[in-house]
Amino acid sequence: MSAAQISLSHICKFFSLGEVEVRALDDLSLEIGRGEFIAIMGSSGSGKSTMMNILGCLDTPTSGSYRFDGIAVETLNRKQLADLRNAKIGFVFQGFNLLPRTTALENVELPLLYDRHRAVADPKARSIEALQRVGLGDRLDHEPNQLSGGQQQRVAIARALVTDPPIILADEPTGNLDSRTTLEIMALFQELNGEGLTLVVVTHEVEVAKYAGRLIELRDGMLLRDEINQQPRNAQADLLELQEEKSDALA
Amino acid sequence: MRWHKLILVALKSIARNKMRSLLTMLGIIIGVASVITMVALGEGSQADIEGQVASLGTNLLMVRPGSVDSGGVSGGAGSRPSLTMDDVARLEKYATQLRWVSAEVRASGQVIAGSNNWSTTIKGVSPNYLSIRNYEMDSGSFFTARDSKTRAKVAVLGKTVADELFPDQDPVGARLRIRNVPFKVIGVMAEKGQSAMGNDQDDIIFAPDNTVLYRLSNGKTIHDISASAISSESMDAAKDELTALLRSEHRLAAAAEDDFVIRDQTEIVAIATSVTGTMTLLLSSIAGVSLLVGGIGIMNIMLVSVTERTREIGLRLAVGARPLDVLAQFLIEAAILSLLGGLIGILSGLSAAWGVGKLLGVSAVVNPTVVMTTVLFTGAVGVFFGFYPARKAANLNPIDALRYE
Repeated sequence: MSAAQISLSHICKFFSLGEVEVRALDDLSLEIGRGEFIAIMGSSGSGKSTMMNILGCLDTPTSGSYRFDGIAVETLNRKQLADLRNAKIGFVFQGFNLLPRTTALENVELPLLYDRHRAVADPKARSIEALQRVGLGDRLDHEPNQLSGGQQQRVAIARALVTDPPIILADEPTGNLDSRTTLEIMALFQELNGEGLTLVVVTHEVEVAKYAGRLIELRDGMLLRDEINQQPRNAQADLLELQEEKSDALA
Repeated sequence: MRWHKLILVALKSIARNKMRSLLTMLGIIIGVASVITMVALGEGSQADIEGQVASLGTNLLMVRPGSVDSGGVSGGAGSRPSLTMDDVARLEKYATQLRWVSAEVRASGQVIAGSNNWSTTIKGVSPNYLSIRNYEMDSGSFFTARDSKTRAKVAVLGKTVADELFPDQDPVGARLRIRNVPFKVIGVMAEKGQSAMGNDQDDIIFAPDNTVLYRLSNGKTIHDISASAISSESMDAAKDELTALLRSEHRLAAAAEDDFVIRDQTEIVAIATSVTGTMTLLLSSIAGVSLLVGGIGIMNIMLVSVTERTREIGLRLAVGARPLDVLAQFLIEAAILSLLGGLIGILSGLSAAWGVGKLLGVSAVVNPTVVMTTVLFTGAVGVFFGFYPARKAANLNPIDALRYE
């Protein structure tokens, strides 16, 4: 494992709901290295969404420090957070969050629209490349309602990849997908991870977590479990197996 | 973020909701269209009024003799017989700010033609009097400078006189006697109708100035001098020049008062201007109110749009849009809506002005300044009323926005 890319130390996040104070994250410390594939699990209310928001620089902690590539995230303002998200983080959401009535290509181009620092010469070519990488090179001009759930999520992954970020955060990426498509997405994730990309996937499905290299489980805003998955399953192999089973059943 | 991309995004979003965008713009469209229509028609009628004022005489200046002051008793305007044909000659020779100068000598008396007779006014004028007063001929011709020089006994009849003296025949070429002096009729004036004061302007006979002066009047003094300034802007300069030339002709000492009075149409122009001013104020307030209403319509729809697109905004913020980018996006969208409405309004306003003008016989004048101002103003309205919704969008929390259902 390489040097820590993300380091959370003593992170607390409190929300006040009227009189009651909710401790969404309670003194959480964690390090994530470059190239890891992490699954964050936990029941609802365990603080995994809050952790995801903080990891994704969408939210700042109440206390504690968060270093992303050496940058002290808690000191950044909204503008700087936006630039950091644009340059360093790719997001994949449960609900895909594609713009309706907008082609796959335009959806993927969206983050490049806000890229101020790298000045990508040809955003379109770059977006086509990203779509080809997720296997949708022939669906450039399709709008979300013309695509299946799995294809929509692939567009979303292409959108996350287009800025070439070092890390991708996925929040329940397979929550809305059937088991076969789930396997496809996980296979894609494993492939990207194999290319050196850091992946953090929040999920409540144990099946999905099995493909990750490291499992983190939260409860009541605290670390319950943090262990290396010695033998992560291979999604590509499982996918082939699933196909064979299916053809056997048909036969 | 690149500006043309922002504009493209805004245009796309407008195109996505064509019907709603059109309804949103309707307030602005109607407001702008009515303003453009009314301004065009207003300026058209103003031009018509100015034309009518001009028909009284082109940049007319009237010189009358001053008053006699003997032993503290003032004789009133015109009582001092100070104007002569020499004044007219001097003005014609030296004036640079005057286009035309004409003497006016009045006489009255009985006119006899055959078995008909009529008592009327005889006005001795210079040949260019027609141009000064914008008079037109009905038939025949007006007299010439040569007629004036030779004191020719020729007359041009007003319509009323012509009808009274020659009910059944063409007066041109006929003969008549004015106070027993025989004249030949060479033309008839076009009908002028009544003046604003109720005088019959057609009950008149025109004859050359020298003819009237020497054959029907005292042979020395004239009653008025009419003159035309070269342009409406040079009225003041023309007045000054007139004063200076007449003073030197009359050899007045520096301390002496003018022995003549110059009058112009300033009063009429002032009334027309004040009417126009009131019109402009009225139109501006209508414009203000309608654009205000249109702007509120835009704000309303933009607020709806921001709520509707909360998830989109959340996504944009998540993938790296700065709050300012989102603000700009919605501001531009509002401005485009407003500007587009303004443009459609201008086009429909212009065609409406043209149509109504045709219908009512009023000329419609399109003022480019008004059109430009309207365009700028509608853009400003869009930005102003778009600001609140846009700020609301920019201040959204990306986490809440992404989860918004």
